[in-house]
Amino acid sequence: MAADHAIAAEGLRKRYGDTGGRAALDGFGMTVPFGTVHGLLGPNGAGKTTAVRALATLLRYDAGHAEICGFDVARQPGEVRARIGLTGQYAAVDEQLSGRQNLVMFGTLYGLGRRRARQRADELLAQFGLTDAAGRGAGKYSGGMRRRLDLAASLVRVPRVLFLDEPTTGLDPRSRNQVWDAVRSLVATGTTVLLTTQYLEEADQLADRISVIDAGRVVAEGTADELKARLGGARVEVVVRDAADLPRVADLLARAAGPGGRPEVDRDARRASVPVADHVAALTEVVRALHDAGVTVEDIGTRRPTLDEAFLHLTGHRTQERTDAAGDGAVLAGKGRAA
Amino acid sequence: MSADTVRGAAPRRRGPVADGLTMTRRHMAHLARTPEEAALYFALPIMFVLVFGYVFGSGMSVAGGGNYREFLVPGVFAMTMLYGMGSSGSAIAVDARRGVVDRFRSMPIARSALLTGRCTADMLRGVIELLVVLMCGLLVGWTWHRGIGRMLLALLLVLALRLAITWIGIYLGLLVRNEDAVGGIVFPLAFPLTAVSNVFTSPELMPGWLGTVSEWNPLSATVTALRDLFGNPGVGGSGWASDNALLLAILWPAVLTAIFAPLAVRRYKALGR
Repeated sequence: MAADHAIAAEGLRKRYGDTGGRAALDGFGMTVPFGTVHGLLGPNGAGKTTAVRALATLLRYDAGHAEICGFDVARQPGEVRARIGLTGQYAAVDEQLSGRQNLVMFGTLYGLGRRRARQRADELLAQFGLTDAAGRGAGKYSGGMRRRLDLAASLVRVPRVLFLDEPTTGLDPRSRNQVWDAVRSLVATGTTVLLTTQYLEEADQLADRISVIDAGRVVAEGTADELKARLGGARVEVVVRDAADLPRVADLLARAAGPGGRPEVDRDARRASVPVADHVAALTEVVRALHDAGVTVEDIGTRRPTLDEAFLHLTGHRTQERTDAAGDGAVLAGKGRAA
Repeated sequence: MSADTVRGAAPRRRGPVADGLTMTRRHMAHLARTPEEAALYFALPIMFVLVFGYVFGSGMSVAGGGNYREFLVPGVFAMTMLYGMGSSGSAIAVDARRGVVDRFRSMPIARSALLTGRCTADMLRGVIELLVVLMCGLLVGWTWHRGIGRMLLALLLVLALRLAITWIGIYLGLLVRNEDAVGGIVFPLAFPLTAVSNVFTSPELMPGWLGTVSEWNPLSATVTALRDLFGNPGVGGSGWASDNALLLAILWPAVLTAIFAPLAVRRYKALGR
């Protein structure tokens, strides 16, 4: 593996004693060049947090090889720790200390010296809008404030590689934007970021490249646009009045999509859809074909794939198994359809 | 961002002692930020002295004669140290359960720092507890009669006991990782341990086998040695354990520390599974 990557991992395996034999990491691998943001996208339980904990030296992996800035994670954990920052899903700060006490303590531990540590704490408190709350116990902070303090703690010494494990899960939009801004300005100074998220939008906003993880391994990798293209980009979707028309509509959609286009049919919703390359041309063709075939259509349109469909496409199963038709309907209803 | 001094691949390494002291400072800051909790905590030995010295003490007699409060105070020293197991255990349990330990473990600092820092902070607490008992004892008429040197040696034995108790507490806290569960284990354990000892009453006043258990209780060794070194009444006893109390008061804490400190360290390392 080349040392010109900030993160390089291959074949990582980790099996917990208590997960009934299911591997949390099952041949996980990725390479991330210096100075980029890499998104690790996947549903709950896909292995995102395990991957981050393994790369951040918190968890010993059973097999495989990983390097951070060219240092072996398993054999040179001290060198790795000297170069990384970690912000988890839960705030990793001392809740009994004040915000300022936390940052001064971390600064001292990083070897800044007390005067410099205090100075750095004040800079970070100002940067993250926490100056007014600096003296209050971190345990009394709101969720968003605590997450910002946590991120600030990761930046006491600017890390070469920053791990952000679902940094915005559960945050209100304003706090989320603050976190995103902090990440962007950090990347501008040359830090490499590995960001895990459940949200396609977040990965889309921040990441240069994205790895999609499922069941402990990377199932797809590329830029956001490449992934969307692999997902079939936009879809043409048709809702018919009579479910008996669905097979005919599916045929016609397959033809419009061209070779490799596999239409999806949902009888309960009387809906058929197919991924297409050029959605305007495909939509025009489908409308004409439906008209010629005399099918009565209730709704027709194109839309972007949802994360749920992305997973269905890449992994063969949904992010969460849905058994009720109502849940399925909600997915359809929730996404804008431009008719 | 002033990256000049803040960035850098090779940070200044501080070593395990400096890291441990930073952690100690952190624990002392916890104490300072919750003064009401600390006050309650340090009131415990005062309560022991008053409740046992005056409420129950009127019905107690000392084997071989002597003032009961003079007899009791060495026991309160040991008992106060024993209850420190609860605070050591729950503090480390809070740490282990929260994410902050993950951050420490992902930082380039000595792995030992959290435990050595905890231990040092608890020993500082132990010194405060010891001073509280000392002051309180003096106020109720207890004192030492055999010179300052023996008195200081006795106080060292108290701290040796606290060290062993601290490591048992840390191990327990890392084992259950739940501060409420720590209390649920320590208090039911501490009560019989103090009752079946010579803290409140002399073993020779107990039924045969109970007296023997009481005599060999690690707490009893320290308490007997204290009574002897302070020149307080009720040293008593005729068994080997009573005759060699000073030796046992050094051996017991040493053995317990030698067992539980490595266990705690192993447990801490296993957090990474």
